[in-house]
Amino acid sequence: MRIRFRLLFLALASGLWAAHVPAAEPAGPAGMVKTLQGSVTVERAGQRIPASAGTPVLVGDRVRTGHDGSVGITLRDDTRLTAGPDSTLLITEFRYNPNTSEGSLLASLLKGTFSVITGLIAKRSPENVNFRTPTMTLGIRGTEFVVDVKGEAD
Amino acid sequence: MTRRPVLILATLLAGCAQVTERVVLLPGPDGGTGALSVGTDRGETVLAAPYAMVEIKAGKPSAATSNAEQVRDRYGALLDAQPPQPRSFVLYFHFDRIDLTTDSEPVLARIKEALAAMPAAEVLIVGHTDTMGSEARNDRLALRRAEVVRAALIAVGIPPSAISVSGRGERDLAVETADGMPEPRNRRAEIKIR
Repeated sequence: MRIRFRLLFLALASGLWAAHVPAAEPAGPAGMVKTLQGSVTVERAGQRIPASAGTPVLVGDRVRTGHDGSVGITLRDDTRLTAGPDSTLLITEFRYNPNTSEGSLLASLLKGTFSVITGLIAKRSPENVNFRTPTMTLGIRGTEFVVDVKGEAD
Repeated sequence: MTRRPVLILATLLAGCAQVTERVVLLPGPDGGTGALSVGTDRGETVLAAPYAMVEIKAGKPSAATSNAEQVRDRYGALLDAQPPQPRSFVLYFHFDRIDLTTDSEPVLARIKEALAAMPAAEVLIVGHTDTMGSEARNDRLALRRAEVVRAALIAVGIPPSAISVSGRGERDLAVETADGMPEPRNRRAEIKIR
């Protein structure tokens, strides 16, 4: 009897989960390395994998470039992340449903130089796309908003 | 309600005495500029103009403006390393068939050209039909349309593992019609390459 209750609870919980979280594709790569120069490694589950064009990038991967390195990654929602030499970035979160363009992206830019061209998640729900640096949190705002620039606080 | 891609440059300058971090908002590929909020523990600034930037000096954010030349000088190599822009194409088919319309043949050729120039290209092909015939039949037809495009791309050397195909039948019409309506613009395959 107790077991049956627990199963029922689990079913309810997963129903709630499905209702509140936008459906995302089953876990797969978040993106792929497209362009690459010099030394680039992907750190995954404690392993260091030398990257090359075509290397998949997964949630949780830490991508590092060497002194002579640069890497360009295209995520599944068309976001393009590029890192210059001596850079480290971490794909903290990525969910994407290609049928609805719903999803979320959080990447941590830990060290180095980066360029970002936002993709379809930012178009659909800009509030779900964020980048973190050691001192800044960058959030996408839609172009249709009226902008109030506060300037420096304090 | 068109939202444009937002281009951001972020620099983390470890060891630099003055500026330790910098973020610059760039004009997008289509000339428009998005907007970016920059939050720190001292508050939030919104960047909305091209080349608007925030620099962190001694832990404090300060807003300033860069320009195209400065960005080119500092970050030219970085911008040159960006992956190519993903592209989308549509191929059209004859009624109830899996062969392309004459107009779509050159589009297929352009897809092949574009793919040849893309490093580690991935291809997503989604087949569609109009509303003539049963849903089940249209699901099969849509998938066969996607598969015929896939075969054409494999024939020019795209690895099968880089191509994903699906069929949406009549469930995702380009042009809304009643059921049982022939509509050439719905007999299509959408091809996304990145």
